[in-house]
Amino acid sequence: MNALFEYLLRVGDDSLILGHRLSEWCGHGPILEEDIAMTNIALDLVGQATSILKYAGEVEGKNRSEDDLAFLRFDRDYRNLLLVEQPNGDFGMTMMRQFLFDAYRKPLFEQLTNSSDSQLAAIAEKSLKETKYHLRHSAEWTIRLGDGTEESHQRVQEALDTLWRYTPEMFIDDEIESELRKTGVTFSVEELHASWTKIAKEVFDEATLVIPDNNWEQSGGRKGYHSEHLGYILAELQYMQRAYPGMKW
Amino acid sequence: MVTEKEIWQHLDDVFDPEIPVLTVADLGIVRKVEVSPKEITITITPTYSGCPAMQRIESDIREKISEVVDIPVRVTLVLAPAWTTDWITETGKKKLEEYGIAPPVDEPDKSVLFAEPIVVPCPKCTSKNTRMISQFGSTACKAHYQCNDCQEPFDYFKCLR
Ligand SMILES: [Zn+2]
Repeated sequence: MNALFEYLLRVGDDSLILGHRLSEWCGHGPILEEDIAMTNIALDLVGQATSILKYAGEVEGKNRSEDDLAFLRFDRDYRNLLLVEQPNGDFGMTMMRQFLFDAYRKPLFEQLTNSSDSQLAAIAEKSLKETKYHLRHSAEWTIRLGDGTEESHQRVQEALDTLWRYTPEMFIDDEIESELRKTGVTFSVEELHASWTKIAKEVFDEATLVIPDNNWEQSGGRKGYHSEHLGYILAELQYMQRAYPGMKW
Repeated sequence: MVTEKEIWQHLDDVFDPEIPVLTVADLGIVRKVEVSPKEITITITPTYSGCPAMQRIESDIREKISEVVDIPVRVTLVLAPAWTTDWITETGKKKLEEYGIAPPVDEPDKSVLFAEPIVVPCPKCTSKNTRMISQFGSTACKAHYQCNDCQEPFDYFKCLR
């Protein structure tokens, strides 16, 4: 198994699937500004996925393009977190999912800007600039909703209760991580976890939200075991290429 | 044979499809021009990862330069060093303002989670009494603001560092 290829799929698929999820809000945002914000973020994420999956295809060396990887893999070949494939729910659910993810991606890209793999470092440097904007946006909404009305507080607390179980998957330290760490391609998962926890705690305190005190955990996405939601996402995302193989426009 | 300088001059005729007052040179996205007897290579870098204008810019550059040379023109994309709004030229910033888009102001690093709000002067009446409506505007590179004095809603070309 090519560890770098696997790793790039993880990072790239997270971007692609969350980008797709956010794009579902297009034309459905609660206010025009947020409709535009979510689709802008979707665009950044899909753009990141393009760079990362393009590079993944080169690393794999089987002549697969970024489009081949996005449109022609089955769900079991996807390596994204279960978190990013969870349904949008209400606006509070979407913002909570986004915050949990952005708070992970910012320190991750900060680490990866120092990667010994220069292409991965370049992608991280580019993506980090965008991710800072994303995090600021989702953190502000988490606080605004959490420390808002009784109803907004209750809804966003429910979102946190629902999504919390998917967060440990971001910090699983497995053989892919340890192999890449040996050559300085990736860095300490433990430190990443600590940075994430710090951001999350700071924002949840401000938002008067309470972290659930259970240790339920759901994972599998990194190994290709997904929730049923991914199949529906791929059905939509891949429809054109499946129905008209090789079509271009 | 065409010179590197001449190619740069021709790049002044290639405009950003979304902000048509800016040339690709004003934007600071052209990183390198290489001239050889067999080929012209122009290296550009994207503003934002998902910027939909990049493909258009790529083909516009190729088309424009192909009009003036009779050897192949190659446009390549690099990600590093990552583009920053500091690379927008002074002329570019002036053109933005005249066009009604507030140019990027000096913003502190956004690694601070909750930074102080910045002052973005209104491009219409120059008032500093403006407010941010949304961090995300009509394109990835802009935020949406409104002037509290003249009420003008305007785009702000946000600082990216
Ligand atoms: Zn004004």
